[in-house]
Amino acid sequence: MDSVITGRAYVLGDNIDTDQIIPAQYLSFNPSLPEERKFFGMYALSSVPEGQRGLRKPAASDDTGGNIPFVRENEFKSDFTIIIGGKNFGSGSSREHAPLALAEAGVKCVIAEFYARIFFRNSVNGGYLIPFESEERLVGRINTGDELEVLMDQQALINKTDGNRYKLKPLGDVLPIIEAGGVFPYAKKAGMLK
Amino acid sequence: MPGMTMTEKILAKHAGKSHVAPEDNVWVNVDVLMTHDVCGPGTIGIFYEKFGKDAKVWDPDRVVIIPDHYIFTADLKCHRNVQTLRDFVKQQGLKYYYDPEFVKNEPGMPSPYLDPTKTSYKGVCHKALPEEGHIRPGEILLGTDSHTCTAGAFGQFATGVGNTDAAFTLGTGKTWLKVPPTMKFTFHGQIPPYLTAKDLILAVIGEIGVDGATYRAMYFAGDGIKSLTLEDRMTLTNMAIEAGGKNGVCDVDEKTLEYVRARSRRKEWEVFTDDKDATYFSEHEWDLQTMEPMVAKPHSPDNKDTARNCRNVRLDRAYIGSCTGGKITDMIFAANLLKGLKVKIPTFVVPGSTEVHRDMKELNLRGVKKDSNEKSIEEVLADAGCLLGPSGCGACLGGPVDTFGRLQSTEVCISTTNRNFPGRMGSTKSAVYLASPLTVAASALTGYVTDPREYVTQPIETGMAGVR
Ligand code: SF4
Repeated sequence: MDSVITGRAYVLGDNIDTDQIIPAQYLSFNPSLPEERKFFGMYALSSVPEGQRGLRKPAASDDTGGNIPFVRENEFKSDFTIIIGGKNFGSGSSREHAPLALAEAGVKCVIAEFYARIFFRNSVNGGYLIPFESEERLVGRINTGDELEVLMDQQALINKTDGNRYKLKPLGDVLPIIEAGGVFPYAKKAGMLK
Repeated sequence: MPGMTMTEKILAKHAGKSHVAPEDNVWVNVDVLMTHDVCGPGTIGIFYEKFGKDAKVWDPDRVVIIPDHYIFTADLKCHRNVQTLRDFVKQQGLKYYYDPEFVKNEPGMPSPYLDPTKTSYKGVCHKALPEEGHIRPGEILLGTDSHTCTAGAFGQFATGVGNTDAAFTLGTGKTWLKVPPTMKFTFHGQIPPYLTAKDLILAVIGEIGVDGATYRAMYFAGDGIKSLTLEDRMTLTNMAIEAGGKNGVCDVDEKTLEYVRARSRRKEWEVFTDDKDATYFSEHEWDLQTMEPMVAKPHSPDNKDTARNCRNVRLDRAYIGSCTGGKITDMIFAANLLKGLKVKIPTFVVPGSTEVHRDMKELNLRGVKKDSNEKSIEEVLADAGCLLGPSGCGACLGGPVDTFGRLQSTEVCISTTNRNFPGRMGSTKSAVYLASPLTVAASALTGYVTDPREYVTQPIETGMAGVR
């Protein structure tokens, strides 16, 4: 696990459910087949309604705020690798395709106020991305496109675009699973699996 | 030691401990693992990748596979996914698999079963699990579907997991769980004829919010719950996930035991009850006599209002189906309201399972076997102008573009399903109102959101429908 994660921010609102993260019509792709798996990146976040895709601060609002595509048309990877979310990120359907789709698009971590349970668990157990929780609400303070840096050992988020620094909550119980890279390597390390 | 809740006791037993408390992390033995056509292929892929290509599941009699999501579609990847399940079932010698034999790896839309009693296909997994005898009190069920929590209505711990977790359990029979604190929801009084469990759960979610039970167990208690049919209790626990709940539970009573005795594939189970001194995260109470028919307005299940307040909302279509609102009792509720009348807007009806579909053909409006000059539920609905589709998940989650009843544009739909997230039923431009089967049927008659009290004048009997 890297101790520093850097990337550009993509900002979303509250209650981003897994149907918005990866719409049901694409679930017929089998993520275990590499030639199909990459399509999850292409369609990641494609059902977030207009006006809520890639938020920018009210003061900075211009024509693109809320209408910034996460992945450009016909591409498999996003320019944005750190997602900023609000409350209850990843609610709804248990589809593991959701953290998988974000990871396929290149996302390394999500920083939200808090998560729906299954999304959090899938992110950790599948080793797709790190689900950080912020101490304070970041939606409205960070702009889509800002350059961010997460310092793991200091549990801090630094916005290099405006110089602001925010605290992240400790990962707690799940840290050993995240450090191991998922529940399988974790269970191997713990001697539960051969 | 402080007392424990049902959820805590079940987890303690499966962890081999005498006591657990909320926030404890425990490794538990899983009784049944369920998967379906959408998450099965990914789960199987991870299973072989992690345990090796010759790996065997921990217990072939405890893995249940129920294809249900993308069955009636021409999308060839969906047919291929069903084939992936079949291959796995064969390789592993799994006993409990419910095959849509009419899905052949051929181009085009598979033609549905002709007779619901003559197919191995079942339909929606959460309905099929108890029907086929895979649900018992006191057990732990994991499923690769968030509505796996439905089975908590039978006094068990049931929760949804992802593919990686499911693959881990496939190989080991175990999973790790954090013990959830329990929120208690008590309902007083008897269910009045114009309400169904859907109104109760929409009121709960509306009060606590879509994240109000995150990481927690939801316990539905009181004489109000006792007065519900098992199917209606399943509607409550089904939507625990819509409040973020980890699981939902109801107490086991004679109704539960009657069902399980008749259906369970195993004859042993254990009934757990909350200790008198069990601790709850919070307690909430409702009086059924003062509750009203509810809706959840677009685009969130907690966007609550009364049906009455929304009477000016014009609708384009109605949908009756899913694991929440596609059970036989839901169909009986709707049919009683629609009998002899005509719907004003396209009204799509999708049975939750082939057993529900069979019962729609065989039962009358009182939920008992019809005699030759009585109309079946299916006939009553068809006479009212409803469009009938084959059993399965249908348009509940949108699905492939050729799915029956799927919203394709700016439709405003009232639905007995469980989620009205943006785009959930197919189009991000559409708007979905969630409501009970009574409210959906009443609204189908007027083309506006309609309080069913305008139509329901006497109690609707459902007999033994959905029990045996
Ligand atoms: S009917 Fe709807 S909610 Fe139920 S399992 Fe199917 S898609 Fe999920």
